Amino acid sequence: MGIFDRFTRTNDEQEQKKLEEGLEKTRTSFFGKLDRLVRGKDNVDAEVLDELEEVLVTSDVGVDTTLDIIQHVEERVAQDQYVSTQELNRLIRDEIAKLMLEDAPERPADFDAPLPDKPYVIMVVGVNGVGKTTTIGKMAYRYKQAGKKVVLGAADTFRAAAIEQLDIWAERAGVPVVKQKHGADPAAVAFDAVESAESQGADVVIIDTAGRLHTKGGLMEELAKIKRVMGKKVTAAPHEVLLVLDASTGQNAIRQAEEFTNSVDVTGLALTKLDGTAKGGVVIGVSHEFQVPVKYIGVGEDLDDLQVFDRKGFVEAMFEGVER
Amino acid sequence: MFESLSEKLEGALQSISGQGRINELNVAETMREIRRALLNADVNYQVAKDFTNRVKEKATGEEVLTSVTPGQQLTKIVYDELTHFLGEEHEDIEYANEPPTVILIAGLQGSGKTTFTAKLAKHFVKEGHAPLLAAADVYRPAAVDQLQKLASQVSVPVYSVEENGTIVQDAVRVAEEAVAEARRTARDIVIIDTAGRMHIDERMMQEVADIKSAVDPNEILFVVDSMTGQDAVNTAKEFNEQLDYDGVVLTKLDGDTRGGAALSIRSVVNKPIKFASTGEKLDALTPFYPDRMAQRILGMGDVVSFVERAQEQYDQKQAKKLQRKIRSQDFDLQDFYDQLQRIKKMGPLQDLLGMIPGVGNQVKDLDVDDDAFRHIEAMILSMTPEERANPQILNGTRRRRIAKGSGMRVRDVNQMIKQFRDMKKMMKKMSGLTGSGQGGMDLQKLMDRMGGGGGGLPGGGGGGLPGM
Repeated sequence: MGIFDRFTRTNDEQEQKKLEEGLEKTRTSFFGKLDRLVRGKDNVDAEVLDELEEVLVTSDVGVDTTLDIIQHVEERVAQDQYVSTQELNRLIRDEIAKLMLEDAPERPADFDAPLPDKPYVIMVVGVNGVGKTTTIGKMAYRYKQAGKKVVLGAADTFRAAAIEQLDIWAERAGVPVVKQKHGADPAAVAFDAVESAESQGADVVIIDTAGRLHTKGGLMEELAKIKRVMGKKVTAAPHEVLLVLDASTGQNAIRQAEEFTNSVDVTGLALTKLDGTAKGGVVIGVSHEFQVPVKYIGVGEDLDDLQVFDRKGFVEAMFEGVER
Repeated sequence: MFESLSEKLEGALQSISGQGRINELNVAETMREIRRALLNADVNYQVAKDFTNRVKEKATGEEVLTSVTPGQQLTKIVYDELTHFLGEEHEDIEYANEPPTVILIAGLQGSGKTTFTAKLAKHFVKEGHAPLLAAADVYRPAAVDQLQKLASQVSVPVYSVEENGTIVQDAVRVAEEAVAEARRTARDIVIIDTAGRMHIDERMMQEVADIKSAVDPNEILFVVDSMTGQDAVNTAKEFNEQLDYDGVVLTKLDGDTRGGAALSIRSVVNKPIKFASTGEKLDALTPFYPDRMAQRILGMGDVVSFVERAQEQYDQKQAKKLQRKIRSQDFDLQDFYDQLQRIKKMGPLQDLLGMIPGVGNQVKDLDVDDDAFRHIEAMILSMTPEERANPQILNGTRRRRIAKGSGMRVRDVNQMIKQFRDMKKMMKKMSGLTGSGQGGMDLQKLMDRMGGGGGGLPGGGGGGLPGM
């Protein structure tokens, strides 16, 4: 199984197991249900498609994307005349995989892949409470494990104790933080962090930013400024703008992606809190509509609870329970 | 691509306005659209289904009134049902017979518990209580620090347990000792902030259950992010099974989410939503009123909240004076400046605008930054009293001087003056809406107006509000 080999290429079995655990709920409720509803039938009737709609919608895939998927499934079913459970599984898997964007080679997600720039600047953005700081802590740890020199920039100078929180994560990961005091200009902190990373010869610099609702124009502008300022220090920085989405968020994630893309041109997604019962189905539509790949998934609160997202592996893993 | 629930409903209802009467056919079509709109607003699949079925039953069962359009009639039914789903009436916090009243805060990670805890503290301080906060989130890095910093902004003490400079990871102990501390120091309310936890994390769910049995809280509040999707029902249910909480708090309502989760949770666990949290400033907290939420969802505006907040800042005399000025067109830049100062005290501007019927949809994409006032203030402050009273004397020379004095460009000054004129025009129109001598808007009158216009929802079909 070539696809699967690719997925496990960089990660050990333990990591795969964690991913599977994290996705277990998704699998059992999403495709387990599908399995039940198709089992015993040898073709797809309207009732099955209706129930498929329910399954997708309750996974936060969203009405529009769900209708897209169903339409494609219907078209293929009409073409093939006869569809078995297995064929339907494959068909839906194909449709979902097709919707999610493949990782871009110039922005590798793998922590031990060689980085195209030095320092490679990653700016992390998102609304309040999605898990930006936690994700950064885990990323720092993983980069460090992969032998890279990491610097963090504490550009969330707004939220109470955000700097302290990043400090603690940095200590756990064993990486330095560039910071100023609470209330300082976040763009200045970002600039300092990039500058410091450059002079230290660091490989990666990750910039934490304050959570902000995408509807607050002033704050979005501030974010754009933080981004611009970094470009003045290192050409083309930030190389990656990572939008963090909470898996439990519903269709509002699409609006978030839209606004953050407008102001800072998001290049990648991180999906957090997949260790609960939320399915995070909205990333399918987000990845498709904004043509950005999902790069990481968060599956817990420990340092190593961050997985490199693999599109095909993700879909494969989702289907495992059904294929038996 | 994304449309708010109210826009969708307006659209859905528009498709039947203009048709003679409600019948099976046109209702079925509208219901499908409403159902889809609800799903897009993140209302749970099953809840949306139940809701539309109920509306459909009512709509087809009800006698068709000849005096209103089907759109108006259906609007009323949808509104009634929404209100019903959301829980009819506002329910307050349960206070202890013998202080301290103990309030336990619980929820998922990142839902906004700590910020809400600080807001709630401020709310109680405003009402004359003396709260104590318990920092029982002993796990998340710097959580205690965050609570302390927020609490110091409202001058409320925080109880935390540290040994040798590190936080003792015993949430039950923190909660118990905080209650004892409150008794000793005569604080009448204890708010216990707990760590965010996944509802499937058995160990952590047990911990919060242990806190509950240790301190026997008068009130347990479940905090939930209003942007939550379909999973809202699962988490709300699980937390409820574990804690049997008394109320729900909806956070981050200042975004553009329509808060379908509110509908889902309310109908699934049958617990009232008690507070709505609408921003990062500590006074961005309002009690949750289901009827107002339903109005807001339908784009009818949150008039009552608006008037109440306005009344906190205005006394009747001031309001009367202002109204006279608006009517007589005496409203000048000095009044405008004074107005700005009062509005700033009322809370985040976007919230206030969103509460005005018919305005909600139009300002949602607008960037209303509270700091935007600063420039306007600077320009007005650079004017002489005479200029403020008679803006028409502002010629080129004066405008250049004002620009210089306020550090703005001449074109900013021009724009501000133009905006002031436009606003004055709009205020004149609006003043026709305000209740005479009451200094506030009257909801019933507004509703009558909307109904009497013959066009259904504001912006939905021709009648609605004048000139907005």
